Amino acid sequence: MKKLIKLTVNDREVEAAVEPNLTLTDFLRYELNLTGTKKGCETGDCGACTVILDGIPVNSCLVLAVQANGRKVETIEGLATEEGLHPVQDAFVEHGAIQCGFCSPGMIMSAKHLLDKNPKPDEGEIRAAIAGNLCRCTGYQKIIDAIKSV
Amino acid sequence: MSDHHVINSRARRVDTPAKATGRAVYVDDISRPNMLYGALLQSPIAHAKIISIDTSAAEKLPGVKCVVTSKEAGLVKYGVSPARYDETVFCHDKVRYVGDEIAAVAAIDRETAEKAVELIKVEFEPLPVLLTIEDAMAEDAPLLHEKYPRNITGEVHQEFGDVAAAFKECDLIKTTTVKNKRQDGGFIEPQGCIAEVDLAGNLTLTSSTQSPHYIQRTVAMVLGLDIGKVRVVKAYVGAGFGPKAGTNPMELACCLMALKTKRPVKMNYSREQVFLFCRARHAFTHKITIGVKKDGTLMALEHECHLDGGAYASFGPATVYYAGSLLAGPYKLPNMKYDGYRIYTNKPACGAQRGHGAVIARAAFEQQLDMIAEELGIDPLELRQKNMMETGDTTCNDLNMSSFGMAECLNAVTEGSDWKSKKGQLPPGKGIGLACGFFVSGAGFPIYRSDTYHGTVMIKLTEDGGTVLVYTASAEIGQGSDTTFAMIAAEGLGVPLEYVRLASGDTDMGVDLGAYSSRQTLMTGHATKEAAEDVKRQVLEVLSDELDVPVDTIDIVNGRIVFDRPVDFSGLRTRYIKEHRGWTDNPESDYFTFKEASRIAYLKKGTIVGTGKYKPHFLGGTYKGAAVGTSPAYGCSAQVAEVDVDLETGQITITQIVDAHDCGKAINRTSVEGQMQGSISMGIGEAMHEEVKFDAKGNVINNDFAEYKMVTALDMPPVDAIVVETDEPNGPYGAKEVGEGAIMPTIPAILNAVYDATGVRFYELPLTPERVFEELQKKKG
Ligand code: FES
Ligand code: FES
Repeated sequence: MKKLIKLTVNDREVEAAVEPNLTLTDFLRYELNLTGTKKGCETGDCGACTVILDGIPVNSCLVLAVQANGRKVETIEGLATEEGLHPVQDAFVEHGAIQCGFCSPGMIMSAKHLLDKNPKPDEGEIRAAIAGNLCRCTGYQKIIDAIKSV
Repeated sequence: MSDHHVINSRARRVDTPAKATGRAVYVDDISRPNMLYGALLQSPIAHAKIISIDTSAAEKLPGVKCVVTSKEAGLVKYGVSPARYDETVFCHDKVRYVGDEIAAVAAIDRETAEKAVELIKVEFEPLPVLLTIEDAMAEDAPLLHEKYPRNITGEVHQEFGDVAAAFKECDLIKTTTVKNKRQDGGFIEPQGCIAEVDLAGNLTLTSSTQSPHYIQRTVAMVLGLDIGKVRVVKAYVGAGFGPKAGTNPMELACCLMALKTKRPVKMNYSREQVFLFCRARHAFTHKITIGVKKDGTLMALEHECHLDGGAYASFGPATVYYAGSLLAGPYKLPNMKYDGYRIYTNKPACGAQRGHGAVIARAAFEQQLDMIAEELGIDPLELRQKNMMETGDTTCNDLNMSSFGMAECLNAVTEGSDWKSKKGQLPPGKGIGLACGFFVSGAGFPIYRSDTYHGTVMIKLTEDGGTVLVYTASAEIGQGSDTTFAMIAAEGLGVPLEYVRLASGDTDMGVDLGAYSSRQTLMTGHATKEAAEDVKRQVLEVLSDELDVPVDTIDIVNGRIVFDRPVDFSGLRTRYIKEHRGWTDNPESDYFTFKEASRIAYLKKGTIVGTGKYKPHFLGGTYKGAAVGTSPAYGCSAQVAEVDVDLETGQITITQIVDAHDCGKAINRTSVEGQMQGSISMGIGEAMHEEVKFDAKGNVINNDFAEYKMVTALDMPPVDAIVVETDEPNGPYGAKEVGEGAIMPTIPAILNAVYDATGVRFYELPLTPERVFEELQKKKG
């Protein structure tokens, strides 16, 4: 039986009827067409699906859409504005921190959250903040350089 | 200062703003009206005869639109190398590994498709399961494939020079055996695809592939379609590293079901299915014997290798060649004997992965060089310098190093790591290690025998004159190739990078063999350069004609037309402006612009289109297998690793890696460094953590990223990536590879550093704390 949920996604109110077993990832991707949030494992191990839920980064594949009821979700689509890329996105592009890009939305959400809390993180804090986001392409070095530069 | 205007710089990549914002569209981000979802039935047992398949219950399930087995798919054999085609879309007589495909379903949604798959009943008669090389090669072992006695997919026996005679002249002969474990590709995007058929019967497959071209040929062959009716398009791809270079059965099943239902069908692997499909790094056992003179001169190598290949050939027949042929460099080695065996086992098939075939061979060789250096009392750096090949040298198996900056690489890493003051001076538990490697810049021959070009490129100028459109079927899979080719096109034509718009990864755009064997920068790069020069020539010829000045006195630089003498172009400008009436951006510059020139060219000749193509000149010798390992150019590299080992627990921390890679001319420096750093992280993963594990029945037991450990930001040491440049005569603007070769020295540099820290040699990977702890305990006695 579908359940009615109401939540805020990137500052927009959303209402939908969803199956109780639908994950937040699938809800965002397939119901709201916000496909920037990626699925790499669906078991909470890769971080590609990272979104910010009430101010905390979460693996959205481990959250049910119904659990997001009444809450606030920020996804990668919410970062860039009319003025252009968010500074974290721009730093990732500038530093070559993106290769295949499949980890990037999740990685950028984790980085943005870190920088919101701690504008001048040291290298150890950066590494810890993105430890849950696997990247198979970059070796992380340029991602760390990018985050440091913001 | 660079003589170039666009290349050899640090460009912002053309594809990454879309990736940073979540707008880049990967396969699973696409949906089509009326789309069906497919699911696969895969074998739950590793080796069995199929007695019967009953799909009736699945077909009756509401929402199911199509169920296919080998009956519908047919039994056309396919694979990677035509001489070893051994797969069919679906199994019909037997299954050979846990995960072998038996049937597929398309239904209105994923849940229904998956439910239907569960309703298919298959009766099996189990056969003995062969999980090791020893079991598979045993005299009385059952055969996975009837055609291959003793389960040998392919074997190689080569000798160059006279190894036995050379050993007689040696002062030291050393033998070691080194093993790794099966590695998984570990790309974060699981494979996915969408197939659709239009009303004229044209099939389009959108897939997360590294090689649209090979997939197009395979789909057409297996499903009996005209190649011209099959289009394969690559969406944005979440990396591949090798396993996405061959056709997967999901792609074929998806196409088949789209043809049957006349509706778009989408399919995806789950992460578990990625492990089941595998096609990643083989498990190798290398027995290596090196003979040297007292002064360290390398004399001969005797090498035997066994590859545990899994149930199908995949790239394996090439892998077993690479595992041998790429030990003939980067050192001068006059005599080499190689015996390689690639073995079928009841496990998912292994294939190609970054550094195809050569990574573990390199690890074994470089570790043994250090052991030899120690026994001879020679510094490992000096031993390498003494034997190193130089530009112009050719290996005993006919690989020509047309540029080879290895001496520069060695200097860069030893200076960058302060090698001389650290080697032999570090306290117990701390160590430093060095290793080298080299790799092909593309294979000398295509996978199927053909005179085909390896890459074609088309460049069209928009008719208004403003924009350069580049079309290539090459595959951007994360490595930065789209930006590389946009840069080369801009450079070749003489315009800023912003003028270029590039589309890639579509078989309608031409032939390109795709992203594998570190080939695209050199090969597609050549074709792009040629196409750009073709377009430039056409524009300049029109100008020459119109202005009555010799063509060789005109050039295009940074988007401006440059004459070597005063030329009155006001007539042409007036024509351009008349054409342009009412627009706001009429040219006022005191120079004639590229935009004006290309518009004038269009007015004269119609649409300006230039083409480029590339295939290597004939390479290599004439002995059997001479093709594998040949390349128009070789990248080379050196690395120094530093480690900290807890001598009580066996915990290893890699504290720093200094890497230098000779990539010829760097097109985009930032991307070159990114390839080096990424290669190192994959090498560290393989050295330290990664191992696909099986239970006694052939099930993968760590089929997720929780249990299959890859390198995280916390494990990755700082990497100093030093780009060494040479001028490669066979490369476009002197460029050659970096994407795969950079992984070569990582594992042995770590092994040598761990030895320096502990005094213990390791012959088996990965260096898990348990393995290291046990060996440290043994040493303590
Ligand atoms: S998809 Fe959610 S953590 Fe991997
Ligand atoms: S850029 Fe490919 S996984 Fe991070």
